[in-house]
Amino acid sequence: MTKIHFENQSYLLEPGESVLDCLIRQGVAVEYGCKSGGCQSCKMKVVAGTPTEQSQTGLDDSAREKNYFLPCICVPEQDMKVARPDAVSRDKLETEVLALDMLNHEVLRLRLQRPDNYDYFPGQFLNLYNPEGVGRAYSIASQAEESFLELHIRHVPNGKVSGWANTRLETGDRVIISSAAGDCFYVSGKPEQPLLMIGTGTGLAPLFGILRDALRQNHNGEIHLYHGSSVIEGLYMVDEMRAMADRVENFHYYPCVGQDSVPKGIFSVRENQKALADWSDLSGWRVYLCGHEEMVISTKEKTFLAGASLSDIYSDPFVSAA
Amino acid sequence: MSNSLFERLGGQDAVNAAVELFYRKVLADDRINRFFQGVDMDRQAAKQKAFLTMAFGGPNNYSGEDMRKGHAHLVEQGLDDSHFDAVVENLGSTLTELGIPDDLISEVVAICETTRDDVLCR
Ligand SMILES: Cc1cc2nc3c(=O)[nH]c(=O)nc-3n(C[C@H](O)[C@H](O)[C@H](O)COP(=O)(O)OP(=O)(O)OC[C@H]3O[C@@H](n4cnc5c(N)ncnc54)[C@H](O)[C@@H]3O)c2cc1C
Ligand code: HEM
Repeated sequence: MTKIHFENQSYLLEPGESVLDCLIRQGVAVEYGCKSGGCQSCKMKVVAGTPTEQSQTGLDDSAREKNYFLPCICVPEQDMKVARPDAVSRDKLETEVLALDMLNHEVLRLRLQRPDNYDYFPGQFLNLYNPEGVGRAYSIASQAEESFLELHIRHVPNGKVSGWANTRLETGDRVIISSAAGDCFYVSGKPEQPLLMIGTGTGLAPLFGILRDALRQNHNGEIHLYHGSSVIEGLYMVDEMRAMADRVENFHYYPCVGQDSVPKGIFSVRENQKALADWSDLSGWRVYLCGHEEMVISTKEKTFLAGASLSDIYSDPFVSAA
Repeated sequence: MSNSLFERLGGQDAVNAAVELFYRKVLADDRINRFFQGVDMDRQAAKQKAFLTMAFGGPNNYSGEDMRKGHAHLVEQGLDDSHFDAVVENLGSTLTELGIPDDLISEVVAICETTRDDVLCR
């Protein structure tokens, strides 16, 4: 059987069990979030042994080089000695709430002071911690040159972090965030490539960040952004996105709602259905998918079948931690 | 001496060229796509590469026992000769599309055949 050595103890893995599940089962206090390789809050370091290839997916090259891995998706076949990441204390940064505005009845736009030397790519996410130390991932909508970090936080009923952020936070409060992570962002190098962006709900946050980053880097291929919600009230920033589409020649915006009767200018169809119907051949395209987990996963398969290469599909399923 | 089949097919580049075409065909094939769904796509693509490398006669560390273990859960879900044939068929049409000559395709198919009993756990 496979053994995990951690902080002077060893633990036996059950067949098929992940390193994280094993540590949790044995009552070890470890940090974690989505338990599915998305949020990276459980990131650890391998001190002896080799991490499985899969357990390093989504980590950036530098983290890989440092032998970081994600214990939640690591089912090793050989013994490993693992440790908490060294960066963990440095990874938590205190910052200040600059502004709170509602983008619709349930989505808060939270602007935080950007800490000094805080590096990120728009579209990556950070973990925001509530006063009890519970952390959740939120995507970054602001731009590299802006002095603030912008997050769009939907109020989930009874949500530990989103509820606190939406009802308790005030301007001037101090909050704890992590450094930025994730690989759903704009990569330069192919400015003429057509971009297809599909998001539901606050999936617009990373897309808004990525879109402006692409334009800042003079992306000149056509950019099509489909933003959807099941109900009309779930959309937000519609006027702002429309104005941008009017202003920017290669940018096209499609607000979609899965309801029958919708106001003029809104499409009465699910965002992913419309996008796939509009573009049946996606070979050569780059695709960004953000938001609702099932939408992201099923659309990833459909866009791949429509011709997009897997290495051109960037996706951020908003997996819930609870 | 002639080069190995793997080299004549084009080595790792051939695997890279084939993997997405093949994976797309498999996902679109209602006879077998259920076996390939529900797994993370990037992970699944990595496994397809392992499959193609092996079928192309390339370097791999898989034993017959590994093939049994790797497919046992699929045999439990009903994997049989008809599915095996469908996979080989998709592989053949992928290679044809890539312009690989028929005699090389026959060699690939022959390698696949050597794994049939292990894959089907017989
Ligand atoms: C990579 C990534 C990026 C993300 N980016 C964003 C973002 O930009 N904006 C944003 O608002 N969220 C985003 N999320 C989701 C976010 O991290 C939290 O999952 C969400 O805010 C709920 O956390 P909570 O602590 O408020 O609720 P919890 O206390 O975790 O959950 C409270 C209850 O609500 C349920 N629940 C949780 N999520 C949902 C949901 N979506 N719909 C219905 N019920 C739910 C839970 O099962 C539980 O019963 C992202 C997630 C990931 C993994
Ligand atoms: C033609 C002969 C075949 C060969 C040589 C072969 C080879 C392989 C290899 C090398 C792997 C990777 C194993 C690993 O590293 O985990 C694999 C995985 C897999 N194979 Fe095959 N395979 C064959 C036939 C089939 C058939 C007929 C099916 C189903 C229709 C199938 C379905 C799968 C699936 C679903 C996986 C991934 C399993 C998982 O998620 O762990 N294979 N195969």
